[in-house]
Amino acid sequence: MSTAAPPVYGLILAGGASSRMRRDKAALEYHGTNQLDRAYDLAARHVPQVFVSVRPDQRSDPARAQKPLIVDSIAGEGPIVGIRSAFAEMPHVAWLVLACDLPFLSDTALEHLLCARDTGVYATAYRSAHDDLPEPLCAIWEPAAAAALAAYHAEGRGCPRKFLINHRAKLIAALDGRALDNVNTPEEYAEALRTLDSPTAPDRMQIKIHYYALLREQAGRSEEILHTSAATPELLWAELSSRYRFALLREQLKVAVNGEFSEWTRALTAGDAVVFIPPVAGG
Amino acid sequence: MTLFRFTHVPIDAAVARRELLDGGAGGFANFEGWVRDHNEGHAVSRLEYEAFVDLAVKEGDAIVREALRRFPIKHALAVHRIGELAIGEMAVWVGVSSVHRGEAFDACRYIIDEVKHRLPIWKKEHYRNGDSGWVNCERCAAAARPEGAHDHGHVHSAHD
Repeated sequence: MSTAAPPVYGLILAGGASSRMRRDKAALEYHGTNQLDRAYDLAARHVPQVFVSVRPDQRSDPARAQKPLIVDSIAGEGPIVGIRSAFAEMPHVAWLVLACDLPFLSDTALEHLLCARDTGVYATAYRSAHDDLPEPLCAIWEPAAAAALAAYHAEGRGCPRKFLINHRAKLIAALDGRALDNVNTPEEYAEALRTLDSPTAPDRMQIKIHYYALLREQAGRSEEILHTSAATPELLWAELSSRYRFALLREQLKVAVNGEFSEWTRALTAGDAVVFIPPVAGG
Repeated sequence: MTLFRFTHVPIDAAVARRELLDGGAGGFANFEGWVRDHNEGHAVSRLEYEAFVDLAVKEGDAIVREALRRFPIKHALAVHRIGELAIGEMAVWVGVSSVHRGEAFDACRYIIDEVKHRLPIWKKEHYRNGDSGWVNCERCAAAARPEGAHDHGHVHSAHD
């Protein structure tokens, strides 16, 4: 058996200068939660540990200080410094790097990225819906990238996107064209607030899930009601399987929706009851 | 009344058999699954059956009705136990009455085979050494986990 894949930890980049926004981007609020907390909580639902990347002068900032921090230990500016500092502190970890200013990023989008992870390349990243180029700040950076990234930086280059263009990365298509839109200006912030409040915002719906047998034991419960944006049983499984670290693979399961066997790709609607069916052994 | 049922108490085979009586039937074939005291070299102390009851009853009823269409038989019924079972207890009962014996055996075999493969029923084996495992789940789960799992290898059911 091959050696285990490096664990994935979260790294929320919140050290930016926010110069175009003219105020600290981490503190921008959506529905009463600031961006930094939102991004942190989102990542924490999918990976076992999450850190906030900060500049040395931000370490006592109240919005950041109560979270586990990775303080820049490399000279320079920009997100490459945060990513390299994380590798310097924990070289054997793959980093789920997230910019804190992605208000449309969903659990489903993160799950999709984690499922697509390829440990044999430097990074697994989304392709931008706008220009097809890699999105380095919503990506999983593998430990193998650390040395190459350091060498690239030493040449005076600092753009993580160009790094991913020129090195081995697995690029995947975004599920939703807007999911990775970031917010840099007061105008973009106002627009994001309007969109998130509009009736067409990607809805989180209430789904009931029942667990049986091995899944019940691993989830530690027989049922739960989940608010999720997972649009299909396949995406719902991805979300739950990451949360509970289920040992079974999707290929080993069947799924039932509202008491009937179902396709994995059917659309879920609010109020649906979903059961994931492990390999059976009746008789 | 559905033609597939669950029971939490011991299966009463005499009562089940009575439902299949028919003056036109010349025979009756029956399969009983029992809890065996060993599986794949492990000493089994008891079993635990769990089911997604609503779907299993619907699908189990469909299986018995399929048998009634596919084979020229008179009546058929299947009963499955759930909960904790001791060694020697009956886990499943299938009965078929028909004019001639051949189709009764065939239909009985069809029903038990489909029940084992299609119904959302799970079996946990408890072993004499204190270990336990969900049949058909633990080995594949171990293979899917990168580390930390040991292979029980209980792939076959305890009584075929």
